[in-house]
Amino acid sequence: MYKNFFRYLISAIFLLGFSVNSNADFKVGFVYVGPTGDHGWTFQHHEGRNAVEAAGIKTTFVESVPEGADAERVIRQLAQSGHDLIFTTSFGYMDPTNKVAKDFPNVKFEHATGYKREHSNVSTYSARFYEGRTLLGHIAGKMTKTNTIGYIASFPIPEVIRGINAMTLAAQKVNPNIKTKIVWVFTWYDPGKEAEAAQALIDQGADVIMQHTDSTAPVQTAEKAGVWSFGQASDMQRFAPKSILTSIIDDWAPYYVERAIAARDGTWNQQDTWHGLKEGMVAMGPYNSAMGADLVKEVEQLQKDLASGKVHSFTGPIYDQKGNILVAEGKVADDGMLAGMSVYVKGVEGDIPK
Amino acid sequence: MIKIEKRNDVPMALYFFTPFIAIILTILGGGIIFYILGFNPIEALKFYFITPISNLYGFSELLLKATPLCLIAIGLSFCFKSNNWNIGAEGQLTFGAIVGGGVALLFYNQEGFYILPLVIVAGAIGGMIFALIPAILKTYFNTNEILVSLMLVYVSKLLLDYLVVGPWSNPEGFNFPETRQFSDSSRMPLLFEGLRIHAGIFLALAAVMLSWFILYKTYLGFQIKVSGLSLKTAKYAGFKGKTMILVVFMISGACAGLAGVGEITGPIGQLHRMISPDYGFTAIIVAFLGRLNPFGIIFASLVVALTYLGAETAQIFLQIPKYTGQVFQGMILFFLLASDYLLFFKVKILNLKKNELRH
Repeated sequence: MYKNFFRYLISAIFLLGFSVNSNADFKVGFVYVGPTGDHGWTFQHHEGRNAVEAAGIKTTFVESVPEGADAERVIRQLAQSGHDLIFTTSFGYMDPTNKVAKDFPNVKFEHATGYKREHSNVSTYSARFYEGRTLLGHIAGKMTKTNTIGYIASFPIPEVIRGINAMTLAAQKVNPNIKTKIVWVFTWYDPGKEAEAAQALIDQGADVIMQHTDSTAPVQTAEKAGVWSFGQASDMQRFAPKSILTSIIDDWAPYYVERAIAARDGTWNQQDTWHGLKEGMVAMGPYNSAMGADLVKEVEQLQKDLASGKVHSFTGPIYDQKGNILVAEGKVADDGMLAGMSVYVKGVEGDIPK
Repeated sequence: MIKIEKRNDVPMALYFFTPFIAIILTILGGGIIFYILGFNPIEALKFYFITPISNLYGFSELLLKATPLCLIAIGLSFCFKSNNWNIGAEGQLTFGAIVGGGVALLFYNQEGFYILPLVIVAGAIGGMIFALIPAILKTYFNTNEILVSLMLVYVSKLLLDYLVVGPWSNPEGFNFPETRQFSDSSRMPLLFEGLRIHAGIFLALAAVMLSWFILYKTYLGFQIKVSGLSLKTAKYAGFKGKTMILVVFMISGACAGLAGVGEITGPIGQLHRMISPDYGFTAIIVAFLGRLNPFGIIFASLVVALTYLGAETAQIFLQIPKYTGQVFQGMILFFLLASDYLLFFKVKILNLKKNELRH
């Protein structure tokens, strides 16, 4: 009798040990839209993956996955080959992610910058990049001599328009005569097009260039032309050391590590994350000494205030291009309004492409 | 001194055998590259060529990936056989997808068995019209079809960009560059529950059969082949060269358009900017690897499709850079051209005496 009992006990312990052991098999997969060496968007996600790996969790990635018919197969293969948590790091993976998630209820999915969470195992996450844009606007407004800021924009989606507006509002606060000129390049990554756009803006009198695209071409063009610029997504300082005033850095590492550990330990829940300066998902690169000590101090204070919530990027009164009020005085824009933003604020030149 | 001479007697059996030599050399070359990169070459090649198709899902994905490649390559074989260098199948695919997708959007949220056939026919006509541009310019204005068809690729891609960003973008899609998801009535029926392989594969098979019939059993096929062998002979025989050029381009464009419409009504289900990972260009390799023969093309499309899947699997399991897939495709073409060269020419090393050199 006792013999049997011990046998069961031993096998139970063994089984328990086995199930704990299966934690060691816990794997996280990443799907990237670009090459890991793009020094922009994908590079930063890859840095986040390295942090997960450094935390002792096994990871896998697939780079340059087109956002077409191939995405679903790659995501499915990752799910099939024993990955327990899968980060799909581009907007175009939204539908494939949800489709695969339906067939793999035990696998957790995290989709970057999307809005569809059709199954309970799909979370979405994005960063409040616009908080970084507010800082850029403040700097640009102070640094420009021609009162013209050139903005290279990718697609007229809310995220990009939010960035343009946040920057313009902050620049206007320190320099009421500011004008924002925009070139739409309709691509996230095309060094040739981005460089042309930067040059076109410089030719139109812009002496500060900023970009919502991923290559280093605009900052390099700015460096050559001797105008100011800002790095995007990652610290691009070494590509244009004189021209870059600072960079907006997407720091996915803390979030990825947190979510991976949660999934491993069974505490993962579906959520929609939108983190900013406060949580560190948006960070700033080193400030260029050409800004002068006073401006650097000002910007650092503003950065602290944005992080603490004392200052909000979209504080009323805010007017659209025609002068209609968007946010009343003393109010701040709520997340719903930010998420669907589709009009320019006053001071931005041109129309949103339709 | 090295002298290169044309061979007079090239055995047909060897002609169809060289693609296999090219594939074997590619696999060997790949093994060497993997070894240099620090991977176990046998293991890497296994993940590359066997793992992707080791289960039913993988095999169905292979067929899914091969379908557009096969369709486009079949079309291209008509052009290439008759010495017409249509390099712009990617553009014809895109334009076909635009026209077909436009019809699908027109019938958004409507039911009807006739909708899908309409979408498919519209796609084929779209590709056909787009291919007619370089054909007409070539026949009536003597332009170079390589340049014109290639440049039109960018035209069609920019047109697609414009449409999905602007007038056709999803009204509920927050301005993201994509159209609505097509209704089920304009989606290709799936062949098996849970797999993505769709009825488009029958279009590809039909194209194979039809092209075999046209090329080998009709007067048109005869004209195409003679023009390919010798344009002068074709003229002497009194063939109407202009009509033939227009016809081969139309066939080629229609096939590319079908491939495009198959992608958007099949696995993608909407129009956006990334409907094709350059199938139109990769299909050129497929056409040549298949020896411009309809059945050869089926085989070649499977091999080239496998290089895509293999690149993904190899990166997932071994973290081999995904761009090796393109390296493999390049190597296949390189080895094929190299072995063709050695097949059609012989290299003689001549030992010249000193007095001969003085002359």
